Amino acid sequence: MEKFIRFHLNGKLTEVLIDPNLTLLWVLRNHFGLTGTKYGCGIGFCGSCTVLIDQEPVRSCTLALSEVEGKSVVTIEGLAKEGKLHPVQKAFVEHDALQCGFCTPGMIMNATGLLLKNPSPTTQEIKAGMEDNLCRCGAHIRIIEAVQTAAKEMEGEK
Amino acid sequence: MKTRKTNPEKLIQTTEGSGMKRRNFVQLLGGGLFVFFNSWTILDLFGGTPEQGRRLPKDYNAFLRIAEDGTVTCYTGKIEMGQGIITSLAQMMADELNVPFERVKMVLGDTDLCPWDQGTWGSLSTRAFGPNMRAAAAEARGVLLSLASEKLGVPVMQLEVKDGIISDTKNPSHSVSYAKLTKGKKIEKFLEVKPAVEDFTKFTYVGKSYNHADAILKVTGEAKYTGDLKLPGMVFARILRPPSHGAKLKSVDYSAAEKTTGIQVIHDGDLVAVLHQDRERADQAIVKIEAEYSFNEIPVNDKTIFEWMLKADSSSNEIRSSGNLETGIKLSEKIIESEFLDPYLAHTAIETHSALAQLEGDKMTVWASTQSPFGLQEAIAEELGFKLEKVRVITPFVGGGFGGKGAAQQGIEAARLAKLSGKPVMLVWTRDEEFFYDMFHPAGVIKIKSGMDKNGVIKLWDYDVYYGGTRGSETIYDIPNVKASHYRQNKNAPAVHPFGTGAWRAPNANSNTFAREVQIDIMASAAGIDPLEFRLKNLKDEKMIACLKAVADKFGYVAGKLPSGRGIGIACGTDAGTWVAHMAEVKVDKSTGKVEVVRIVCAQDMGLCVNPEGATIQMEGCITMGLGYTFTEELLFEGGNIKNRSFDTYEIPKFSWLPKIETLILDRKDQAPQGGGEPAIIAVGAVIANAIFDATGARLYRMPMTPERVLEALRKG
Repeated sequence: MEKFIRFHLNGKLTEVLIDPNLTLLWVLRNHFGLTGTKYGCGIGFCGSCTVLIDQEPVRSCTLALSEVEGKSVVTIEGLAKEGKLHPVQKAFVEHDALQCGFCTPGMIMNATGLLLKNPSPTTQEIKAGMEDNLCRCGAHIRIIEAVQTAAKEMEGEK
Repeated sequence: MKTRKTNPEKLIQTTEGSGMKRRNFVQLLGGGLFVFFNSWTILDLFGGTPEQGRRLPKDYNAFLRIAEDGTVTCYTGKIEMGQGIITSLAQMMADELNVPFERVKMVLGDTDLCPWDQGTWGSLSTRAFGPNMRAAAAEARGVLLSLASEKLGVPVMQLEVKDGIISDTKNPSHSVSYAKLTKGKKIEKFLEVKPAVEDFTKFTYVGKSYNHADAILKVTGEAKYTGDLKLPGMVFARILRPPSHGAKLKSVDYSAAEKTTGIQVIHDGDLVAVLHQDRERADQAIVKIEAEYSFNEIPVNDKTIFEWMLKADSSSNEIRSSGNLETGIKLSEKIIESEFLDPYLAHTAIETHSALAQLEGDKMTVWASTQSPFGLQEAIAEELGFKLEKVRVITPFVGGGFGGKGAAQQGIEAARLAKLSGKPVMLVWTRDEEFFYDMFHPAGVIKIKSGMDKNGVIKLWDYDVYYGGTRGSETIYDIPNVKASHYRQNKNAPAVHPFGTGAWRAPNANSNTFAREVQIDIMASAAGIDPLEFRLKNLKDEKMIACLKAVADKFGYVAGKLPSGRGIGIACGTDAGTWVAHMAEVKVDKSTGKVEVVRIVCAQDMGLCVNPEGATIQMEGCITMGLGYTFTEELLFEGGNIKNRSFDTYEIPKFSWLPKIETLILDRKDQAPQGGGEPAIIAVGAVIANAIFDATGARLYRMPMTPERVLEALRKG
């Protein structure tokens, strides 16, 4: 039943002997201790478990580990580089784009994926791209502003 | 405040704390200056009742500590769930003690380390806890000043404090730091008489904007919520749940579940659970359990609930009365009667109820996502038959509460399972469980009969609220003849609500404000008077008038008679000591009934505003969350069976819904700070209902205002 699964996790080549049918969310949380990726609903409706797989935002709660074989997985813990916040993280802090913070990692990962695909989105495109990530505290308008700021900074870095 | 004298030393010997005794506390934390609460102080400070007093622990935990390195730690039984008190309380503390903001650390929601607290709700942290925390800080400052006076040989009057350094005003280089004064000492002070606190106008940090102090932890994924914790040997639990509220377990067969490698089945009375070191194995095992239930059908559903309430065996109590209704009727030229309906709502914090419980020897420690760590401690002690001091509740970051995490069920469940299994047990409710066991915002019916004279002056206000709760039912308008009654279940009558209900952000104020402000709009329309002018004409409350004028000014409001076709709504109200007024602009698609909110402007008077940035965020959050109860949120049920238990069937606000949100805080530096986490949500339903009427002439009396209901209202015209 167990199988070796090889994938890049936050930039490091990783190999685990594990049941490949387990979902990525719980493997990240329990096996790797990467608890920044949150359980919010378990059926892909809230987005708090969003990670990047080959730069695409994906709901880790509905993805079997076997699906990440040979791929590159980035979680919220892998976003900051050498102690420096990623522009999206930085913009979330600057705009105070969070309250309880529970949806925040998923929001940041989804926004990062959005900006990788569309580096200068319009407000409408940001809303559409973030639509299915849920926040109950109501930080939405600041999240939109944060994504706009991050887009500008990421453009400047190029 | 009472100034009852107590003998602390005597009490220490004879009573035990809610958790750790004071001596242990001081030993654990080392040296420094401690300012303690007496239990009587807590009762006074938090406006506790004698009933609460009976159960009150004699608590000696410290309010604040100034450590040997000058770090100030504030201990509070409040919790951080996104409302930002980790920042605003630290600002108040920094100012009161004259230390840099960065040097203040907050310890929240630990029953062994923090003074007793009833819970984090009602927007009370700043307005009720704040002043007491400031008093403790003032006490500490007084002690430090007298120590400095001794050390420097200078009278206290001649000393000043800046950034944690006390110096001689006549010779500023002659100085000593807090750190130096407390080094190597254990100074224990009791807060007995409320000392004079600093004048707000002298403050450095209060009144300035600070971003969330916990933001870095939250954007990097480092912030630990209950479900993120891990203990050696920890197992994940899943509990067998009944299909509906009121169902009783008749028989259970868990033989198939037991075949999962590593699974442990627990069956103790009504509790059937599976434990596994791997969460997903527990998930797989729990669905293999076969169980039979007996049902007690409750013949009510989301469609019949309002009629059910009106017919229920109820008793009424008068919540306010002035003048005489008969006189009001006689003085009225026009009388308008309306009935307003509001459904059950779920809280749906993104973090589900979670708890981790560990039994070590005879002490149970429970980490839990709760708004009431001390309430949970008490509940666990009672349920498990433990002494109070043998239960410690620790509250990590809480992923949203909104009133939904006041109950203690998941903490008790985890503690029971930890005791039964002998292992540390992690219980994270599924979203389905979260929707099922939520303590829902109660549905309610509000009937209003109001009247006015020929000049549009309100003379009559007859107000009945059925089961919806009374918060926010204040008349606010200057009306001579008023009667307001609350209808509740008669003692021993069968339950009206088919499941548990509780507080939901600004509990009941959303329903009551909706009813009152829509009724006022109906009257303005009937009188042919602009709705802002109609409100101002009938108000004497200066704060309400100021908020309405401020919001109209910011909105750029031009007077018009209802319905003007412009789609502009107005509503206002008070909550948690704070005044709010909203204006909104909507567009209504008359063919689909879909409403687009273009803009919402809100003006708020919350007394002194401690953290303008934090308060603004709370206002924005309130307005955004309010769109949910306004447009989509409604629990669907058949008897005790909750039908919508996921985010695809219970829709909460999303990015595409967002209007332009503008906020304005009428800062009152001369007044005590008031609540900020709830007030701006109360008038969202009303302001949008009124805007829909202004756009279309269609009047909505029921929330949520779904496209179907808007179409129905349009048909009725």
